[in-house]
Amino acid sequence: MLEIKNLKASINNKPILKGLNLNIKPGELHAIMGPNGSGKSTLANVLSGKNGYEVSGVLNYKGENLKEIPVEVRAQKGIFLAFQYPLEIPGVNTNIFLKTSLNSILKAKGDKELDSLAFLKLVREKSLELGIDEKFLSRQLNVGFSGGEKKKNEILQMKILEPYLSILDETDSGLDIDALKIIAKGVNSSRSSKKSFLVITHYQRLLDYIKPDFVHVLADGKIVKTGCGELAQELEKTGYTKLN
Amino acid sequence: MNQQELEKNKEYKYGFTTDIESVRAPKGLNEETIQFISKIKKEPEWMLNWRLKAYKRLKSLKEPNWQKPKYPKINYQDLYYYSAPKSAQDKPKSLDEVDPKLLETYAKLGIPLKEQEKLSGVAVDAVFDSVSVATTFKDKLTEKGIIFCPISEAIQKHPALVKKYIGSVIPITDHYFATLNSAVFTDGSFVYIPEGVRCPMELSTYFRINASETGQFERTLIIADKGSYVSYLEGCTAPMRDENQLHAANVELIALDDAEIKYSTVQNWYPGDENGKGGIYNFVTKRGACRGKNSKISWTQVETGSAITWKYPSCILQGDNSVGEFYSIAITNNYQKADTGTKMIHLGKNTKSKIISKGISAGNADNTYRGLVDIKQKAVNSRNYTQCDSLLMGNKCGAHTIPYIKNKNSSSIVEHEATTSKINEEQLYYCNQRGLNQEEAVGLIVNGFCKEVLQQLPMEFAVEAQKLVGISLEGSVG
Repeated sequence: MLEIKNLKASINNKPILKGLNLNIKPGELHAIMGPNGSGKSTLANVLSGKNGYEVSGVLNYKGENLKEIPVEVRAQKGIFLAFQYPLEIPGVNTNIFLKTSLNSILKAKGDKELDSLAFLKLVREKSLELGIDEKFLSRQLNVGFSGGEKKKNEILQMKILEPYLSILDETDSGLDIDALKIIAKGVNSSRSSKKSFLVITHYQRLLDYIKPDFVHVLADGKIVKTGCGELAQELEKTGYTKLN
Repeated sequence: MNQQELEKNKEYKYGFTTDIESVRAPKGLNEETIQFISKIKKEPEWMLNWRLKAYKRLKSLKEPNWQKPKYPKINYQDLYYYSAPKSAQDKPKSLDEVDPKLLETYAKLGIPLKEQEKLSGVAVDAVFDSVSVATTFKDKLTEKGIIFCPISEAIQKHPALVKKYIGSVIPITDHYFATLNSAVFTDGSFVYIPEGVRCPMELSTYFRINASETGQFERTLIIADKGSYVSYLEGCTAPMRDENQLHAANVELIALDDAEIKYSTVQNWYPGDENGKGGIYNFVTKRGACRGKNSKISWTQVETGSAITWKYPSCILQGDNSVGEFYSIAITNNYQKADTGTKMIHLGKNTKSKIISKGISAGNADNTYRGLVDIKQKAVNSRNYTQCDSLLMGNKCGAHTIPYIKNKNSSSIVEHEATTSKINEEQLYYCNQRGLNQEEAVGLIVNGFCKEVLQQLPMEFAVEAQKLVGISLEGSVG
């Protein structure tokens, strides 16, 4: 699914990722943990194709070199990023945004676009499944949403868009336990042999609900340690400083 | 029929139009030109005299020059003030002869082929769909006693109404361009809604027979008698071809007791090329009088075209409890310039006005909101709410807000809010990450920004206008 070799990324000549290696196979869920400033969000941004980074190294997705592909095409090819800070877009109805998004992706795939009726049915189904109140879908996109609502909205979008590779950038930060469970439910119910996940988190807490296949520790732009679920628990006790 | 016969048939058919083609006023602005126009239009003497009076006044007037967008001097003696509609021979024969770029835009707006032909000036058969549609509509209107016809026809058939109201909102002494229009206007729409009648459909120039090419000096007069209601749509989302550079239209609205007029405009005249060459000067005077008590006039405009847009659709709130509204979207891209806003003149008691203005500027464009809220001493307990938002795209464009507020009594309340923001790169990234390309993302964000105004448009217009907002800003980001 995703093959990263010796990935380097810098912004304004400041190196952030310094030779990162990572391999994600279809169906796998990888968690990335690491201290502040280690490059976790940069990794998410570089994978989604955000402008402004100097990128070198191998970055292959489903056998295709991602580096020259613009953000929206990557999205259309099935890469989804749940934002750490989802953006507010005043005046734009959440439902309309989601429908436009879904139809752009369907269109790029050569699939039939959904009409309003079919779309609303899908949204209703998915929000019911996650236990999200569908009322917020008729509100302006993320405007006046609480932190928890914004994150839940990201997960709902992930459910509806059905990406192959989902990257969650600290989606669990600042959530209460109920919201956290919704996020976990969203991820767990989406898992399949065709879908992969990269979950970036600060805390082991989320991993009580989402069982990763691998846990990586990112420090100073490199993966310094890789293990299975137990590694997260270990880190929770000892902290990151011991690793260096 | 073989090819030769076909050709011959064509020639014959179009042969009738050659007479009309030769009808053209001599170049230049003078009394002869005005007499010529009046004669062609078979106008009564009072109308000619009215025009001449305006012309006399014009000679003592100077063009205003306080506006922000400047333009090269116009030589008024070098213009034609009347020429009959082009003959079919001069027009493109089919869509194949029309600029492909224009067709591309039509396609994006989802305009049906028949309409595309009409808009791009393709010579079409006299009997085609929209004409018969228009006739059916006309019958329905006549049933209700509504008059909806070219103003030249109204001058002949309904002289009392025209005489009573023309120039009563925009006097011939008003200002240079309005006075020029009074002297040389060629045609436009006339609407009269009788007492107590609610117009059963949106009136639009598109459905008016022979509406095309009314010329650069259009004149529109709409009268809503007591307790009546009308919604009028002007213009079209599709880009319009026109040979004339200067457009100086006058629009007058009169609402009597308890009447309501809703006037919506989508203006998309040729804006000039990416380097600012060419394009229409859209210098329009639009004014409505809420003459009766409890009357209401609401202006909604979506201005995306023209090289320079310079207009202030205004409301004179004479009647007690009358209401004036102004909803505006002005989009300027490349080298376009807009200086637009409104005037709300509060004269009656308990009068209310609301101004919502959304200015969007991209490329090297410059966008100014200029507005006046004038609450006179006798307009007690009046209220105004103004909101002006500007959105900038890139760092070479400009946005300006110039509100004038006068309040002459202590019981009235005036509120003014203004914001200026830049289109946010992070918002674009967010949309891109959800699979939307740059164009779709900009369209979505800008439509969100304009939502309050777009909501005011009648359904028929709203969907096309939304698309237009995106298309107007194409290529302005990234």
